[in-house]
This record gives sequence, C-alpha cells and structure tokens, in this order.
Amino acid sequence: MLRFTIRRLLQVIPTIIAVVLLIFVIFSVVPGSFASSLMSDGRGGADADMVARINEQFGLDDPVHVRFFDYVTGLLQFDMGESFRFRQPVTEVIGDRIWASLKLSIAAMVFAIVVGVPLGFIAALKPGSILDSITMIGAVSGLSMPQFWLGLLLMYFFALILGWLPSFGYGGGDFKYLILPAITLGVTPLALLARTTRAGVLEITNEDFIRTAHSKGMSNSRVIRWHLTRNVMVLVVTTIGLQFGSMMGQAVVIEKLFSWPGIGTLLVDSVAIRDIPVVQGTILVIVLWFLFINTFVDIIYAAIDPRIKQT
Amino acid sequence: MMKTLTFSAMLMAGTAVAAWAQDATPQSGGTLNFTAPYGSTFGTLDIQTSSSVQDEFVAKAIHRSLYDWNSDTSQPELELATKVEVSDEGRTHTYTLRDAKFHDGTTLTSDDVIASYKRIIDPANAFAGARYFTNLVGVDAYKEDTSKDIEGLKKIDDKTFSLTYTGATEPGYDLMRVNAAIYPAGAADREDLQTNPIGLGPFKFVENIPGSRVVVEKFDDFYEEGKPYLDKVNVLLLSDASARDVAFRNGEIDVSVMGPSQYVTYQADPALKDHILEVAEVYTRNVGFNPEREPFDKKEVRQAFNHAINTPLIIEKLVKNKAYRATSFLPISSPAYNKDAKPYEYDVEKAKQLLADAGYPDGVDVELTATQNESWGLTIVEAIIPMLNEAGIRVTAKPVEASVLGAEVPAGDFHSFMWSNVSGPDPFAVMTSFYSDTSVSSGNYWRFDNAEFDALYEQARDENDPEKRTELLRQANDIIQEEAPMWFFNYNKAVMAYQPWVHGLQANATELAIQNYEDIWIDDTAPESRR
Repeated sequence: MLRFTIRRLLQVIPTIIAVVLLIFVIFSVVPGSFASSLMSDGRGGADADMVARINEQFGLDDPVHVRFFDYVTGLLQFDMGESFRFRQPVTEVIGDRIWASLKLSIAAMVFAIVVGVPLGFIAALKPGSILDSITMIGAVSGLSMPQFWLGLLLMYFFALILGWLPSFGYGGGDFKYLILPAITLGVTPLALLARTTRAGVLEITNEDFIRTAHSKGMSNSRVIRWHLTRNVMVLVVTTIGLQFGSMMGQAVVIEKLFSWPGIGTLLVDSVAIRDIPVVQGTILVIVLWFLFINTFVDIIYAAIDPRIKQT
Repeated sequence: MMKTLTFSAMLMAGTAVAAWAQDATPQSGGTLNFTAPYGSTFGTLDIQTSSSVQDEFVAKAIHRSLYDWNSDTSQPELELATKVEVSDEGRTHTYTLRDAKFHDGTTLTSDDVIASYKRIIDPANAFAGARYFTNLVGVDAYKEDTSKDIEGLKKIDDKTFSLTYTGATEPGYDLMRVNAAIYPAGAADREDLQTNPIGLGPFKFVENIPGSRVVVEKFDDFYEEGKPYLDKVNVLLLSDASARDVAFRNGEIDVSVMGPSQYVTYQADPALKDHILEVAEVYTRNVGFNPEREPFDKKEVRQAFNHAINTPLIIEKLVKNKAYRATSFLPISSPAYNKDAKPYEYDVEKAKQLLADAGYPDGVDVELTATQNESWGLTIVEAIIPMLNEAGIRVTAKPVEASVLGAEVPAGDFHSFMWSNVSGPDPFAVMTSFYSDTSVSSGNYWRFDNAEFDALYEQARDENDPEKRTELLRQANDIIQEEAPMWFFNYNKAVMAYQPWVHGLQANATELAIQNYEDIWIDDTAPESRR
C-alpha cells in the first residue's frame, strides 16, 4: 500500500511541472499588462512615465526566460511572488481566500453526497417507481440548469420571498450565508451522483455474485451492505473525486453571484487587471487541489478494492 | 425656452434629488450597508498606491486629502486647510492646516503632508498620484535622487506649508483625489499599512474580510462638529448586477449603482422610482479615430461618421436613456460646456456626400476596437455597423479585453476605438489631452493636432481670470467638435438607487458612487438591523 501511495504521488510531479510551464507561457503571450489595465477605466490612471516605472518595478521588461527562472526558483522556495495590485506576497493574498473556497466546496460536496447517493440507491432499488422517475427528472434538471440561473432563483425565493436567508455575502463566516451558495454549487454533483449511483446499483444487482449471494440464503440487507454497496462505491468514489476536485474551479460563477470571498472571484478579477503572479498562484492552487483529491481517491480505491493496487 | 428648460433639468437632475434627501434634520446613529460594485475584491487599503475607483469606496471613509470635491458647487474646496494664500502669479500656494487628528490620536501637521506627498512622488514607489506633482519645483531633482527634499514643497511651521509650481496652477483638482490622502508622517515605515489603515477621515478601520467587506466605525474625534452621523459603515463587495438587485429589493443593501436595464425597471416600479439619484458624470463615450491612418486623416470622413449614426436612437434603445447625447468632448457638467452647440444631425445623404468630397465615393473600410462593455462596447458597435454601412462606412469590429484596449490605444495601435474617457471635472486638464504637445501615451489618444486649438489652449493656460479662461476652453471645445476627432456618442448619466430611509447622498459628478459618508444619515424607518 505504501509503495502504491508513493508511486501515485511521484506521478503527480510531471503534471505539476507541465501546469507551471503552461500557466507561465500562456500569461507571457496574452496581450495587455497590469500597467495597461490601470488605463482601461478611461480615467487616465497611468501615464507613459508611470507605465515604465511599473514595468521596471515588477520586472516586466525582463526577458521571458529570466522571468521564468525567477518564477520557478521562487516556487521551489514556496514563494509565488508579489501581487502587483495588492502589493503583498501572493501566498498571503491566496491564504486570505482559500478557507472560504474550501468551506464552500466541502459544504457543496457534503450536500451532494448526503442527498445524491441515497437518492440514487433508493431509485435503483425500486426502478420504474414514482420515486425513481422523480429522482431522474430532478437529476436531469439539475445537470442541465445553469448554476447562475439556479442561484438567482434560490436567492429570489429564499431571500426575497421567504426572507429566511441572506441573499449574498459572507457575514462573519456564519452558517446561514453558506447555505444558498453551497446548494447552488452542489446541485450539479448531486444530480451526477444520483444518476451514477442508480446506474451502478442497477448494473451490479444483475451480476452473478449477487444472485449467488441471494441463492446462498444471505439476507437482502446483508447483500446490499456487503456486496452491492462495496462494489458500487468504486464508481461513486470516482464521481465524487472528479467532482470534488474540479469544484474549486466551478465555483467561480457562484462566488461572483453570491459575493463569496473565495479564490474564484480573486482569479477573475486578477485576470482582468493582469495581476499575473496572483493568476499563476491561484490556478496552481486549483490544479494542486484537483491533483490532491484525485491522488487521494486513487489511494481510497486501493483500500476499497485491493485488485487496483496490482494495476 | 423648452430647450433651456430641458438643459437646466438635466443639469439639476442630480442635485435636486440630493437636496430633497438632505431636507430633513439629520439623525445620528445606525449602520449603512454601502456597496462597491466594480469587481469582487478591494485591491489595497493603502490608498496612496491605488488608482482604482473600487478602492476609493473604503478610502473615502478612512482618509482625507488636502482638498475635497463639493458636489453642490461642482468645485474642489479646501478640506484639511482653513485657508490658502496664492502668490507669485498663481505659482505659490501657502496653506494653513486645520486642527485635525488621525485615528491614532496624533495631530495633523505640515510634516504629515510633506511626508505623504514625498511618498506619492517617490519614483521607486511608482504611484499613480505622482502625476499630480509633475510641475512642482524641484520634483525632477528629487526623482533623479540628486536632492532628498523637494524645493517646491516647504514646511513653514507645524501648521503652515507651501507648494510652489513651475507655472500658474490650480492644485485643487489634483489634490482632492483620494489617492493623494494624507497619512501620518512615518506611516510608510509601518508594516501594517496594508491591513490597518490610519487616516483623518470620519470613520476608522475595524475589519477587512478580503473579497467580502470592509467595516469602519465612527471616529469620535473627526474634525467636523457633529459628524459623522452614522455609527458604522459596511462597504460590501457585490459586483453582480442581478444579485445587487435582489439584495436591494430585500433591504440588505442601502444603495445600488444601476446599469441601463435596471434603470428602466426601477423607473417603472412605483415603489422604487422616487428614490433614484441621477447625475451627469464626467465621462464621454466616444469612438476615437486615428488621424494618422487612412481614411481618418480626412476631416470629412470623421464628420461623415458622426452624421451616419442615429445617435438619439442608440441612446434611447440600447442605453435606455441612461446617458446625455454628446455634442463635443466636454460634458454637460463642465463649466466650459457649450450649451448652445448643436450635435451632428443624423443625415445619411450628407455623410455620403462628405465621403465623396474626401475622395471616397465608393465608401471606406475601417476597423473598430471595442470591449464587451454594456454601455460603450460591442453591443453599441453591432448597432451602428448597419447605419454606417448604409452611408458607405464598412466597419469590422475587433473585440478586445479592457486591459488590451488600455494597451493598444495609448500605443497608437488602432484604426478606431470605442471608449469612455474621463472629461472632467477640470476642463483645462481635459483639454490638455488635445494639445498637440501631449503624447498619445499621455492621453492624446485621438492624436489631435490643431494650431487654432493650441493657440486657445495656450491662452487659457496663461489666463488668470477664471471666467475668461473658461470661455477660451469653451471655444477650444468647439474646435474639437468641428474637427470631429471622434464620434461624439454620449455623456454618462450615473444612476444610483437608494433606500427611502437613507438621506444625505451627494450628486457627485466626478463619480456618483463615491460618497462623503459623513454627510449620510438614516432615519427611523430603517430596518431594525441598521438602527
């Protein structure tokens, strides 16, 4: 198990190198700069003299290879550089936001798992029933409805009509502010989990080993607990891993809509004003989160199904 | 008569509403939930480093500058000084500071002003505010590090200091800027300058939740007696217009800056229409032409562009009347605006004739660089393309991001561009952008070069009588209209909705959303959570 874990962790390294290179190259060739973004509001926020000073101050006139070398050597020392806009270390800027992003992602995923997996199970155990039909219609709707639109509907209904919840913001980190953004973000993975679980359960229910277990006289609940659930979990954990890993990236729209102070909104604002160190740092964190979750899921697989260790 | 009434009504639209709001006797106490709509983050709490409007929402509560904008008189006025003596033919300004305290309890002195201005000017910092001091005597020597002091920035005693410029200068327009705020001397050495700002403003900093809100609370030692009225202000980040609409209707926020579509909805809603503050802001939306490229080197082509577009129709249908039609560059709220000027009339035949006169009987092909902006971007470009095509001006749109526009236009890398450019409040500073000695990178984006204009500009520069100066600038603005270096589209009408319990908002033509919070108060009808 230890060797498997180490092997999986080592496989992450080339991915990280590729991502670092890609992020740097992309933001070295895109037009526009931090200095030019200061002029974009039409207020004449910068003149030629200031643009030259800014470029010099942040080393933007240096050749690309010099900047890349500085960037990589900085990263090796866990230094992501200094934000042009905030004039603070990027690690501090991201550090201020990462907890809000994690909180939202975890809450949305918990909501999706707690509701989606049982719904999928129940629907599969009674295929063709009214509950199954409702679940699947709900799942298709959840997958196809734009999150932005759903968020607005929830905001309108729970904040404006019922007055139960705040429509936006973070408050002091209070739970009530988390509910609407978490539900909005969690609906897509919930729908996907419900469909995946249902399909998995239906497929495994017809497998020979399930029939054998039944024919041996094993009780239905024991079959579900020992054979069905364990086999379905590989599929469910895969879906959870993929969804959870990509959730920080998906949250950008939701964070903006609900004015949630995560790294998604930070990324969007930083791209607009070409605060490249923050953009690079934020994308790297999102990618690392995805890799971490996927590696973690791979290790969980091995625990659930020892055959995976052999592959 | 009708025309005069309409013009006056436009001018007074904002101030009338604001005056109504200020009618009642102010009440003290309560919390204001103000919104910062231009993005999902504040850049920095060290406002001297910033040139962003978004950062000014917080800074205006915490900091004060030497001057401040008076929305009632539409003039900059002394704020941190009780008097200024101007001598040496307008070159030297000697200020006597008022009694004021910083939030850390220290008293404002000349040393604070000098230290603040030196920090802003310091080339190593690359602050946007450095340009306010370019014609201060001795600035070059300071920048080149041949002098540690600035000759034109002199302390006389603890409460008196002077600014000496190389020529006659009215410094109020520059030194009222929020990023020219005065910090305590030695603030630059503080490590927590970014996270714990200290200023002279009516509110002191309490808390910053990055990406969510900044909270400030009443500063009891603020220098204006009885102010601020509010106990607390929450400056909340809320960039999405739909979410802002829900939050406003739900009473979670007290003000909301509106775009064109919301403006129409709110005007039609009986519950909301009486609480809308409007002002003609100092921004001119235009399509700028590059006269160094064919066919815009011909005045007739530039004029044809103006005649070919049904501008009132675009303003009505697409901008939803959230704008005033432009005649030339200086906006309605500018003292040098020519209220008798007639805009270019919509006349396709005339446009065709002008093109033929310019030597283009078969029409011209042009490229137009524009962003996605709702009010002055691709939506507008798509609407004017068929109109221009009918006159023989075939336009290809070039979509770019805002920061790319900000790079390409100052670099002169465009055929034509669509932008919203600041056009006030100081008409002289605005006209500097059209002076032939001003480079493209310094603001002459239209590469305007006209001898008659230059002569009027130079006369205005040397004129000490404000009225004569304004008249000269008005004539210069008329030349811009005649030369048509741009399609004169509109002047922005900034619109802000406010809750009925909010009073004391100001019709700030420089940027409506930036308010002096100390003048705002809320009445008893506010929700319990605000009282």
